Amino acid sequence: MKTDLTDTTASKINKALVLGRRAIGTPAVGMVLTLVIVTDEENAYDALKTASDAAHEHPSRTLVVIKRVSRSPRDRTKSRLDAEVRLGADAGTGETIVLRLYGDVVDHAQSVVLPLLLPDAPVVVWWPVNAPLDPAGDPLGALAQRRVTDTYACEEPVRELAARADAYTPGDTDLSWTRITPWRSMLAAALDQVDCKVQAVEVEGEEYNPSCELLAMWLADRLDVPVKRTASNGPGLTAVRMDTDCGPVVLDRADGSLANLSIQGQPARGVALKRRETAELIAEELRRLDPDDTYASALRYGVDRLNAPDASDKGGADGGAVAVPAPVETAAKAPAKDAAQEKTPVKKAAAK
Amino acid sequence: MSSSNPLRDPADRRLPRIAGPSGLVIFGVTGDLSRKKLMPAVYDLANRGLLPPGFSLVGFARRDWEHEDFAQVVHDAVKEHSRTPFREEVWQQLSQGMRFVQGTFDDDEAFERLRGTIDELDKAQGTGGNFAFYLSVPPKSFPVVIQQLKKHQLADQSSGSWRRAVIEKPFGHDLKSAEELNAIVHEVFAPDQVFRIDHYLGKETVQNILALRFANTMFEPIWNRSYVDHIQITMAEDIGIGGRAGYYDGIGAARDVIQNHLLQLLALTAMEEPASFDADALAAEKTKVLGAVRLPKDLGRDTVHAQYAAGWQGGAKAVGYLEEDGIDPKSKTDTYAAIKVGIDNRRWAGVPFYLRTGKRLGRRVTEIAVVFQRAPHSPFDSTATEELGSNAIVVRVQPDEGVTVRFGSKVPGTSMEIRDVSMDFAYGESFTESSPEAYERLILDVLLGDANLFPRTEEVELSWKILDPIEQYWDEHGTPAKYPAGTWGPVEADHMLERDGRSWRRP
Repeated sequence: MKTDLTDTTASKINKALVLGRRAIGTPAVGMVLTLVIVTDEENAYDALKTASDAAHEHPSRTLVVIKRVSRSPRDRTKSRLDAEVRLGADAGTGETIVLRLYGDVVDHAQSVVLPLLLPDAPVVVWWPVNAPLDPAGDPLGALAQRRVTDTYACEEPVRELAARADAYTPGDTDLSWTRITPWRSMLAAALDQVDCKVQAVEVEGEEYNPSCELLAMWLADRLDVPVKRTASNGPGLTAVRMDTDCGPVVLDRADGSLANLSIQGQPARGVALKRRETAELIAEELRRLDPDDTYASALRYGVDRLNAPDASDKGGADGGAVAVPAPVETAAKAPAKDAAQEKTPVKKAAAK
Repeated sequence: MSSSNPLRDPADRRLPRIAGPSGLVIFGVTGDLSRKKLMPAVYDLANRGLLPPGFSLVGFARRDWEHEDFAQVVHDAVKEHSRTPFREEVWQQLSQGMRFVQGTFDDDEAFERLRGTIDELDKAQGTGGNFAFYLSVPPKSFPVVIQQLKKHQLADQSSGSWRRAVIEKPFGHDLKSAEELNAIVHEVFAPDQVFRIDHYLGKETVQNILALRFANTMFEPIWNRSYVDHIQITMAEDIGIGGRAGYYDGIGAARDVIQNHLLQLLALTAMEEPASFDADALAAEKTKVLGAVRLPKDLGRDTVHAQYAAGWQGGAKAVGYLEEDGIDPKSKTDTYAAIKVGIDNRRWAGVPFYLRTGKRLGRRVTEIAVVFQRAPHSPFDSTATEELGSNAIVVRVQPDEGVTVRFGSKVPGTSMEIRDVSMDFAYGESFTESSPEAYERLILDVLLGDANLFPRTEEVELSWKILDPIEQYWDEHGTPAKYPAGTWGPVEADHMLERDGRSWRRP
């Protein structure tokens, strides 16, 4: 069921929601969160489609805030709010309200959104494009527990990552970070299988893909070793090579779906590591609504502390081109890791 | 291992628990359970990225198959029954580690081949000697397989690797046989190596009983004899015995369902708060409450067993139990059982627990209903509350998983009239991730060595101690009552509750 409201207000929209629910006979039950999508007209369709796919996992009220461009001074002085209320079969598993903002009200979108939030349920704001540099400081972002940005979609991802690090507030998250969860989980699983100390890491992936930087920063942050970021032709991330004291551990994905994990002394194995759709990313993002400290820590490591991408490495990177280890730095290790080292001989025997 | 892994961090909650290097060997791999539940569950786990790289699946059966034939069978089973969409790259990863070993359970050579296959997988797939043996075999083959595993040193854990045995119900058919079975299994596998699958415990809703009770404040204060009138635990099936005549006849509904599923549900519903959510603490509380279960004095009055007679079930004609193929027309096996038990402790003294299960009942449903006492005083006159029943909290275990709270509410209008309404929480509506199948969770737990959701030897033996006297009484007294297929059980069961001034819920 779909109701169009022209030149309306939030209270009229609320009234239309109640009427609509009565008409189709389903009460507002089971919705777990309000998802606010802030976008322009150009990206609204894709974003809404993604959100309704993700809503199969997370029944939610979706508010799509579309800020329209005013082309003349006269338009700018007038303000208008149009709404499209979708319920029942038209809205998938929840309720969808598309809000189109014209003129002055564009700068006061929070006044429209606030009365439409579900009572007592968490609020997530997602900017598919043009995210503010300080999401928590944004009037809409301030309403939310969780603010989702996507540096992948911007002009200069690497610089934006640095800006995100400066403005980080608990609750911020980025889809470029969400994209690498399968990689992180596979790399962690790979290190579960050996008991070795990592000495250096190389992360290889396409240029202008902030996921590579984030993965590199996470590895650098957790492992406390030099990490080198190199460029390839993609798609996406293509390889991570970890140089350990018991040989290289390489996770290599050339085609964007099936990766190859090779560990020194163990047979090479294929692992499924498919690039995921945005709907899956949003669904993952909505699963946990508490601040992601691991992301914060990786982000704050700082892009500038990684090696700058080296164009000359392109192409010939597949062989044994492991990042040059810096022996001086690896000497300084946390005492906890030394304790773990004592078990090494037993574990190695088991691995064989 | 993970404690020393710098990439693991408890605060990093996006990273799933992935099982370490390991493999799963399924005995009786051609069976229904294996095709419909186990293989799809393994695929779904792989698809969700929860299996380690190099995970291996070994099938063992009599069928004359090559590895490829086996892979094809798994492929078909996965395509037909898996919960998550089929993805080629996941399949490629999984199929690399698939092996088939042909042989019978008494064939020494086959077990030698199995050992060779495991050694080969350790080399080719890096499984590290960690294998779980899933015994999806008839009870009579149990001892043979367990002995063969011992004889061929397949149960030996060496240098940091593990071997585990997964066994399915029935865990015996009375206390004596359960003890014998346990003795056989534990002669080869230590108690912490044995995982008894009760697939009910893998269900989200069953685990949610603990969350509901112990993570909230609003339920636990009234979860005792001061407020609860009685508790009904029901597991109903709409199907008959189908092709399982050979297994079912002589076992019956009580042994098949009450001994394991219903008594486990009772334990979770009635137990005290465990000190923590680990396997030992949980088992301690469950054992305590099962040990406190008291049987009624007059078993003839407070238990009912019955058989379904011919009737109409949901628009289709159904034959009676005694007319089913392969059933002795003089069989006394129960297809319906209802029992009343009490729990002798301070929390539950005087509160009856009614357990019932049956085949060919109205519909397929499993639920736990906690029915509360009536308000001690009502300011409303009796006409106002004529239609008001007792308050209740109902945990719907399956299908349509969720929780319902029933209470009275004023009917809109000028007169004061109060009627039952219900407030509903449905998993499908508010939850974020579609619920994994019970077998997915349980197989993953086996590979991780997490024994939270698996009943222990003591629990199994305690359950038999509860059921044995009832079975014995039924053997010696009378014949089973009859109920038409497609109804909610025999009138005797209704009378049993009427005598207590109560009635069964219609689930």
